Amino acid sequence: MSYTPEMRESINKVEATRPARLHETFPMMSPQEKQTILEKFHPDYRAEGMREIRVGVSKGHRMPLELADVMEGASHLTSDTLDLEQIDYDTDVLVIGGGGAGSSAALLARENGAKVIIANKLRHGDANTMMAQGGIQAADKPNDSPAIHYLDVMGGGHFANYPDLVEALVKDAPLVIKWLEDLGCMFDKEPDGTMKTIHGGGTSRKRMHSARDYSGAEIMRTLRDEVRSYPEDITVLEFAPAIELIMDDKGQVAGAVLLNMETGEHLVVRAKCTILATGGSGRLHYQGFATTNHYGATGDGLVLAYRVGAKLAFLDTMQYHPTGAAYPEQIVGLLVTEKVRGLGAQVCNMDGNQFVYPRETRDVESSALIRECAERGKGVMTPSGMVGVWLDSPMIDVLHGPGTVEKELPAMVRQFGRFDIDITKEPMLVYPTLHYQNGGISLKPDGSTDVPNLFAAGEISGGVHGRNRLMGNSLLEITVFGRRAGKAAALRAKEVKLGKLTLSHVDKWQQELEEAGIENLIKSPILLPDYRRKLR
Amino acid sequence: MAEELIPIFIMGKKYMVPPSLTIMKAMEYAGYQLIRGVGCRGGFCGACATVYRLAGDYRLQIGLACQTVVEPGMYLAQIPFYPAYRADYYLQEMEPTFQTLVKTYPELLRCLSCGTCTKVCPQDIDVKQYMADAMRGDIAAVADRSFDCIMCGLCVSRCPAEEVQPNIAILCRRLYGKYLAPKAEHLAERVAEIEAGQFDDDVAKMKNLSKEELRKMYNERDIEPE
Repeated sequence: MSYTPEMRESINKVEATRPARLHETFPMMSPQEKQTILEKFHPDYRAEGMREIRVGVSKGHRMPLELADVMEGASHLTSDTLDLEQIDYDTDVLVIGGGGAGSSAALLARENGAKVIIANKLRHGDANTMMAQGGIQAADKPNDSPAIHYLDVMGGGHFANYPDLVEALVKDAPLVIKWLEDLGCMFDKEPDGTMKTIHGGGTSRKRMHSARDYSGAEIMRTLRDEVRSYPEDITVLEFAPAIELIMDDKGQVAGAVLLNMETGEHLVVRAKCTILATGGSGRLHYQGFATTNHYGATGDGLVLAYRVGAKLAFLDTMQYHPTGAAYPEQIVGLLVTEKVRGLGAQVCNMDGNQFVYPRETRDVESSALIRECAERGKGVMTPSGMVGVWLDSPMIDVLHGPGTVEKELPAMVRQFGRFDIDITKEPMLVYPTLHYQNGGISLKPDGSTDVPNLFAAGEISGGVHGRNRLMGNSLLEITVFGRRAGKAAALRAKEVKLGKLTLSHVDKWQQELEEAGIENLIKSPILLPDYRRKLR
Repeated sequence: MAEELIPIFIMGKKYMVPPSLTIMKAMEYAGYQLIRGVGCRGGFCGACATVYRLAGDYRLQIGLACQTVVEPGMYLAQIPFYPAYRADYYLQEMEPTFQTLVKTYPELLRCLSCGTCTKVCPQDIDVKQYMADAMRGDIAAVADRSFDCIMCGLCVSRCPAEEVQPNIAILCRRLYGKYLAPKAEHLAERVAEIEAGQFDDDVAKMKNLSKEELRKMYNERDIEPE
């Protein structure tokens, strides 16, 4: 599986230019150059890739074709499929999705007096959180402040971010790091306890905290273990995704119908408050891109929320991570953390030359890689027909001393090592990959939505990141807003009086679809992508 | 030229699949819609632990289905779940000591140091060694050595002493992170400052800037050097 002779020739060029490049900094783009490159090369700007949704409260909102098809889907149920008087679980707070946001929400809901149920589609912890590598931002160093973090977030988001949400994000950030530290997360630290922090794309201060390159996994498994400490208060269901929200006759969200994926049984969960934390939608493969996302990232929560009238924001922008693996073929699309560039690695074309500042924001960086391959023809072809450019990881050991790559990027060393590629000695081939849903359900700073008793947190939501998320602000978003939503839902639950449960909104939705003349409906949420080959 | 298909055996049943596929993609090629045994598809979550033998070879091999390429004659089964007892505990009521480990997981001392766990770890972790560290109460060593554990459960499935290595390890990692690692003082100070409202005005000012003012400020910001 290691490199072909043609690829080796190109690597030789990368090695030849390396000594000079160690002292070179490719210039950052001007604002105009950034805008131009986005318009010409970023997948968001491909008009044929998007369309307007034809039904619902955010009718007219543009989103990728694949997402619009799912959002316009029919329910798996009709209003009379189930006897809603037969209740399987009755609780204060139902959390749909047990990733970083869902688990944070469950812990804070419990802390604020609620009984909680977490409904997971797959296992507890099967979420994009588990695969996040680079780190989590927080302004906790003396040379930094939440106000500076605020500016970086707004700039990265093209100034479209909702100010109240950004304020919550940056002010809660150090509090969340402290919370995780107290829960036992092993952040990278200096011997005196000072957090080791580095730059990420678009940051003006080194405020990225990490746990080697397993930052997301470290946070996820710590939160998961903490949740497991409270089995009396938090019930964790697995392989039981929500397929529809339940409402009551007063227009409040009142829980959800879960599907046991293994037995096909439907379960009715009655809940005073419901928190949607279903994460992203990379497995819808917008514009045919490979994705970094986990198997279950199919945008389920967006479908459920939209059917009960939640508004959407910024779904016309998806984040493509500039460095997805491009070789070997078995791992195409998988994440190569931005931390590699944060540690100083440069991006080089087939001739071994730099062509972009390594740490532009993700949308700009992705566009530059696409341009280098598509327009300038300077990409490296692989035997499977994939194209990519080099990410010069061996530079890191030269810059920071031997053993740095092994110590700081063990997950990457292992991932490529399995395919006989030693990234401490050889560069990686990379290309943009579908990574993150910048937008989603519109949110208030306390995690509540416009729909009574419905809350949301994490990648499912929109507004915090504006039109583009910075590295390290997703692990931050899930913990900040997971905690806020959990607390708000628990406090609200104390006052909630639920009426008669109903699925009448499903009938109304079906009617809206028919009136809009939408045909060939798929059933949604789709729950899992179908990768089977077509059989006879 | 199309690849010539090779035979693999999924729980004893023969399928012809392209030789370049991972085990996971080969199962999907064969027609399986996976529900158990899939997670991140990227080697981080431990959902797809797989055991297999190769033709004519008695040795038991292991791998993650999402990262392991098929081989002709591969005879495989997945282990998507293995019963692993997790003790009840509250981290905040524990001390980072050997006594804590033994009280929480008494079976720790049954470990034979046979090394079966190390042989079967898809992350190349020296599990035997961190169990030895645990038996000496060296929590920091367990935390460091076990860090890359994705809790797939293969070691649990093969251990003759019926240990739950990943659960012992995560307890140690959390004990280390909470009690033994030096605290970040600057973090505690910043938290106190924020809770005292020291940054409220600064951030409020930022919120009141127009897009143009923000843009100007953003383009002129100074970047901390490497």
